[in-house]
Amino acid sequence: MGKILEVENVHSYYGHIHALKGISLYVEEGEIVSLIGSNGAGKSTTLRTISGLLHPRHGTIKLDGRDITHLEPHLVVAAGVGHVPEGRGIFPKLTVRENLEMGAFTINDPAKNAERMEQVFALFPRLKERIDQYGGTLSGGEQQMLAIGRGLMQHPRILMLDEPSMGLAPVLVELIFDIIQKLNKEGVTILLVEQNAQMALSIAHRGYVLQTGNIVLTDTADKLRQNEMVQKTYLGIE
Amino acid sequence: MKQLTSNPFYKFVLFPIGQILAFILGAGITLSVLVILLAYIFRGSVTNLDLVERTLVILPKVLIDGITIGFVYATIALGYTMVYGVLEFINFSHSEIFMVGGVVGVELLRYLEAQGALASMNQYVVIALAILLGMFIAGSLAVTVERVAYKPLRNAPRLVPLISAIGMSFFLQDAVRLILGLTTGEFNVILPKFGTFDEFQTFNVPGVAAPVQLQNKTILLIGVTIVMLVGLNYLVNGTKIGKAIRAVAQDRPTASLMGINVNFIISITFLIGGALGGAAGVLFALKVTRLDPFVGFFPGLKAFTAAVLGGIGNLTGALLGGLVLGLLESFGASYLGVFTQGAFGAEYKDIFAFAILIAILIFRPSGLLGQTVGQKA
Ligand SMILES: Nc1ncnc2c1ncn2[C@@H]1O[C@H](COP(=O)(O)OP(=O)(O)OP(=O)(O)O)[C@@H](O)[C@H]1O
Ligand SMILES: [Mg+2]
Repeated sequence: MGKILEVENVHSYYGHIHALKGISLYVEEGEIVSLIGSNGAGKSTTLRTISGLLHPRHGTIKLDGRDITHLEPHLVVAAGVGHVPEGRGIFPKLTVRENLEMGAFTINDPAKNAERMEQVFALFPRLKERIDQYGGTLSGGEQQMLAIGRGLMQHPRILMLDEPSMGLAPVLVELIFDIIQKLNKEGVTILLVEQNAQMALSIAHRGYVLQTGNIVLTDTADKLRQNEMVQKTYLGIE
Repeated sequence: MKQLTSNPFYKFVLFPIGQILAFILGAGITLSVLVILLAYIFRGSVTNLDLVERTLVILPKVLIDGITIGFVYATIALGYTMVYGVLEFINFSHSEIFMVGGVVGVELLRYLEAQGALASMNQYVVIALAILLGMFIAGSLAVTVERVAYKPLRNAPRLVPLISAIGMSFFLQDAVRLILGLTTGEFNVILPKFGTFDEFQTFNVPGVAAPVQLQNKTILLIGVTIVMLVGLNYLVNGTKIGKAIRAVAQDRPTASLMGINVNFIISITFLIGGALGGAAGVLFALKVTRLDPFVGFFPGLKAFTAAVLGGIGNLTGALLGGLVLGLLESFGASYLGVFTQGAFGAEYKDIFAFAILIAILIFRPSGLLGQTVGQKA
């Protein structure tokens, strides 16, 4: 199994704010990798840097060995990186169907897209009931389903999810995490950002711990869960 | 009902045409009833001819004039509103894009005339060529202006691109003046006479005493704009590019995460807006028969007013705003004189447009239909 994504010594800035101070991480094919950390640690910034919304000042990002560091976001997507952003990013005045169509924007094969839309509906039957409804009128949980479904439409090499559990009731969090695991079993590689470290580490193979722009710890998910610092800071275990 | 609304013929042909008709009928009937009521109330104070009768005699012409100029405003307003929807930026040089479209169209006709080809060609082919060339040049120019004068300022404070747009406006006016001066030695461009566009068609409308007269070019103008509006509705709601335009208008970073090339979509938006403006310019030239480099100012400002009136960023709003403003202006221009016995006349019509702009900004800044950026047309 090869490395799909390799991030090496990446530094990102917002104006003068040094948000990522030399991040290195990798994701292998078929893995679920979790990135955990507290508010403002730089988790979203890491994903935004990978998908080209933010260009790093130093460092390199490679997808399947190809340098994508300086590509514009639409080209990073075309190269195979799916990014379900923080806050879901549903287009409020596009219907559910149109939102999903936008997810498949780079693919010009109507038959394939129709098939994928059916796959998404199989995963989230609720979306099919709401197909002609505006995205903005969906509930938070439905919007999260739509965001994930939309991310799947382009069949990315790697799907990056930014806090898919945010603002959801516990039952829905369970459902979303079950689906993430199911997708992974079907072969989708996943980079998962979560504040809910308990859940994130319970389904991941490996994890990284981010603190104020630095990766301070990395290990298998099981070992991280045993780690004293992780237990204290992120799992609320004294 | 559900089946009907998802039928493409309904969605992309019947619905937009029905919408246009509803707007015209709504605004036209409201204003007509209003002036007839006013005439009825004030009829005693007028001595010679009956005021109600005078009001009714000119009513068909007032309606037709209002609808005609309303379509011109609506078509220009769409350019303002599309760009605003995508960039939240008011492209003040759009009035000059409109002017360039008109000048290019008329220059093509003058060229054909100079070649001796104008008289022998089919008049519809001639006007189609003029409109298409005007659209092409105006659209390309709009894209170029965006690349040169707005794109480098995209992350600057909001006032900066606005000033750049105003500067671009002056630049385009003077550039056209210079080019016209160098090539023809004359800043005015006058439409050559050709075909039967100046002739009138007479219709007998049941219930109306005098036959209604419609000039051929008015019919052409209305017909062409309706075709363009229906086409735009299909483009924005029925095609992948159109959905991408709406997605970019709603959430630019997320749109880029869908694999949409945002800069390309912004260019396309300027291309469509510019092309519509250019077509409006040619149709306007056909109507007024005489242009100069500064002719874009008033129609441009009024179309902007129309866009604000309907709710800037809202495509349906631009259509409604244009038609309402055109009708208001036409009613104001004609009836102010009738009711004040000539004390105020048509020369006050521009004041209507700007009084409306100010009133809207004060009382309903989101416009008649609200500011629904990126919404379906
Ligand atoms: N657009 C921005 N402009 C300036 N600073 C920003 C911007 N976005 C994020 N930052 C800063 O960068 C740092 C990292 O932010 P980031 O959003 O990556 O954190 P996060 O780990 O995703 O946090 P959370 O769990 O709250 O989502 C923070 O200090 C934040 O204030
Ligand atoms: Mg975040």
